[in-house]
Amino acid sequence: MRRFLLFSIPLLFFGLLVLLFLRGLELDPRKVPSPLIDKPAPGFTLPRLLAEGEQFSTEDMKGRVWLLNVWASWCVACREEHPLLVAFSREKQVPIVGLDYKDEPEDARRWLEMLGNPYDIVVVDRDGRVGIDWGVYGVPETFVIDKRGVIRHKVIGPIRPELLEQRLRPLIRRLQEEPSP
Amino acid sequence: MIPELGHFALILALVVALVQATVPLVGAQLGRVSWMHMARPAVWAQLICMGVAYGALTWAFVTHDFSVRYVAANSNTALPLMYRISAVWGSHEGSLLLWATILSLWSGAVTLFGRGIPLVMLSRVLAVMGMISIGFLLFMLLTSNPFERLLPAPIEGRDLNPLLQDPGMALHPPLLYMGYVGFSVAFAFAIAALIDGRLDAAWARWSRPWTTIAWMFLTLGITLGSWWAYNELGWGGWWFWDPVENASFMPWLVGTALVHSLAVTEKRGAFKAWTVLLAVFSFSLSLLGTFLVRSGVLTSVHAFATDPARGLFILVFLAVVVGGSLMLYAWRAPAVRSHVHFAPISRESALLLNNVLLVVTAASILLGTLYPLIVDALGIGKISVGPPYFNAVFVPLTIPLALVVGVGAMLRWKQDSLARIWKHVRWPAVISVALGTLLPLLFDRWTWQAALGLTLALWVGLTTLEGFRDRLSGRDRPLAAFARIPRGFHGMSLAHAGIAVFIVGIALTTTYSVEKDVRLAPGESWVLGAYEFRMVGVKPVQGPNYDAQRGEIRVFRDGEQVAVLYPEKRIYRVQRNPMTEAAIDPGLGRDLFVALGEPLGEDGAWSVRLYYKPFIRWIWTGGLMMALGGLLAATDRRYRQLARRDARVPAGMAEAAA
Repeated sequence: MRRFLLFSIPLLFFGLLVLLFLRGLELDPRKVPSPLIDKPAPGFTLPRLLAEGEQFSTEDMKGRVWLLNVWASWCVACREEHPLLVAFSREKQVPIVGLDYKDEPEDARRWLEMLGNPYDIVVVDRDGRVGIDWGVYGVPETFVIDKRGVIRHKVIGPIRPELLEQRLRPLIRRLQEEPSP
Repeated sequence: MIPELGHFALILALVVALVQATVPLVGAQLGRVSWMHMARPAVWAQLICMGVAYGALTWAFVTHDFSVRYVAANSNTALPLMYRISAVWGSHEGSLLLWATILSLWSGAVTLFGRGIPLVMLSRVLAVMGMISIGFLLFMLLTSNPFERLLPAPIEGRDLNPLLQDPGMALHPPLLYMGYVGFSVAFAFAIAALIDGRLDAAWARWSRPWTTIAWMFLTLGITLGSWWAYNELGWGGWWFWDPVENASFMPWLVGTALVHSLAVTEKRGAFKAWTVLLAVFSFSLSLLGTFLVRSGVLTSVHAFATDPARGLFILVFLAVVVGGSLMLYAWRAPAVRSHVHFAPISRESALLLNNVLLVVTAASILLGTLYPLIVDALGIGKISVGPPYFNAVFVPLTIPLALVVGVGAMLRWKQDSLARIWKHVRWPAVISVALGTLLPLLFDRWTWQAALGLTLALWVGLTTLEGFRDRLSGRDRPLAAFARIPRGFHGMSLAHAGIAVFIVGIALTTTYSVEKDVRLAPGESWVLGAYEFRMVGVKPVQGPNYDAQRGEIRVFRDGEQVAVLYPEKRIYRVQRNPMTEAAIDPGLGRDLFVALGEPLGEDGAWSVRLYYKPFIRWIWTGGLMMALGGLLAATDRRYRQLARRDARVPAGMAEAAA
């Protein structure tokens, strides 16, 4: 009997793993909307990456529609989305704030120099604390925040061209037409 | 019409797989020879069906049949033929089809080369493979039909993901799948042996070459994947600890452990229950990889389009396959006892250490990969685990592995003495420490990481060579003795030497790479180390399905031109995805790597990233050597003789039966 129990250990572990995955399917980050959607965006004040000594606060964006893009120089998927973001930022449709997540500022600066900087403002979230407040699951993630400071949409993973055209652009346009609070 | 034919072939394959999974199994249980004989024709019928289905999808791609949804989503009239063929596995549905097709290829191979295996065993093995086949075919037919029509058909397709339009990527998935699915053979053997209740040396001998071949393919697939990442998205990186990379690395680690523990089981009859468990784990981890990539529980670059129904299906499938086999294991394995004793200083002990280290490494990577999910499921918060964790865990666990690899191969079975081993390793130890410490002085600065890496690499290489000397010492005619060394030993030594080469690559690349982002206008140049990079200019060029800006950069060393590099910035016309195509001048001692950034200003200046990567090729060379070693070992004369000798037995039995 003792031997039987010993040899059941792998099965036991696997059972736990299956339970975890079952829960994981429910939690599916791509399918389940963030609990923060339609809730006020968590406020933060963080140092800026490219303007040494200056701070940025979410308060600064009151009354404007803006995007918060979470990225990091170590994130491969960010490279995939980056050129699209650069092209989109050139149109000056909407201010884009970059949240540099758990990153070395030096690496981040070099990354932007090399690949182009789509951000109006980049803030440094070195220990990832703000990322946790915002429910960041992986990088990249992009939030759309309206004039009242409410999160209206969240993209998990790289923004794809069709997503930008079909979801983000119309949404941003609609939000910009909403009256200021 | 042809896509419907493919769809029909898939349904037929499912029906055949049902027969393959049940009739021979029941026959083996009841001892009915005619039922057992159903296995072989069923495998062949299934192989034909899969061939037809696979051919039909390829045909749809080649002829631009955009009325097939999958083709419309992953191809385009401007897509070159080579990528239209590789686009078959460019996305979820088609890659499943590739998986199932490869599974039937492996089953076919077992019927061909497994002639020496007793009919009862073979029937069970093929039945288990049939069950796996059922799972994949059902998955495809129920949730991911590659032949689904899209009516009315669009005029143009949405094109293949530009990242996949690269020769390396065209080959990477088939090789990787050959590895993943190849482990299903070892798995099937393990399950068949568990059903039978007999885990003996013969079982280990049958599954050993199959495991080694599957391991070889997986090694090649991962190596090629790393090389592709370096070319296409790496910006000089070659491994990112991305969940999907981990998904291929975990079965590799456990598979490596399996290859070694099978040796103990075959030669000494020890570790039986453990070896079976490893065989179950290697394939389970391959399946787990499939689940992780396709269910969307983790975010990753490689992630396929996700769908909760698909995720649930794979999870149920995973639960049935892995849960079922672990239940069987819990039931049967306690009865298996190894009555073999070995001393603390023996090859068995060394291989045990190897197994423990490899499995612990795989488990830590599994933990790191799943940690975000665990934390999320427990409601503690949301986190992501990055390369720092993996490097911190992986490096300390692999250093002892490198320390024992060459020595372990030299140890005698059962019992050996430290004094004997010490005689063999003292000189390698002295030389590797001395040279390893001194060699980094040849580079621009001495670092302890490079010294450690080179010492380890020299140690692995020299102890492996010493293994040959050990075999030849005391023989009168060393050349003749060398020729008599079995191929398996050459294979093992080559694979171990591959580790040495791999370590050199990692140690030198990570320490001595130089990178610089610079602004270069036409005519300007930048000096990086011994090399001068001169920008000639950037011109627009047109590819078959993309427009590009192509830079021309000449590289000089000591005033002499050593390379002309053409990095490109491409925009693929359909998906409008900009892609950076780096230009690389490869070399055994160094790579020069140039990538175009963004245009800067009016004077034709661009931001350019320059890399000098010493010895990076050694990383992949090491991987290739390991794979080649696997091939040598798997084709050892022993196994071929075995197959031939045993092949005659069933013929005799058939006569007797008649």
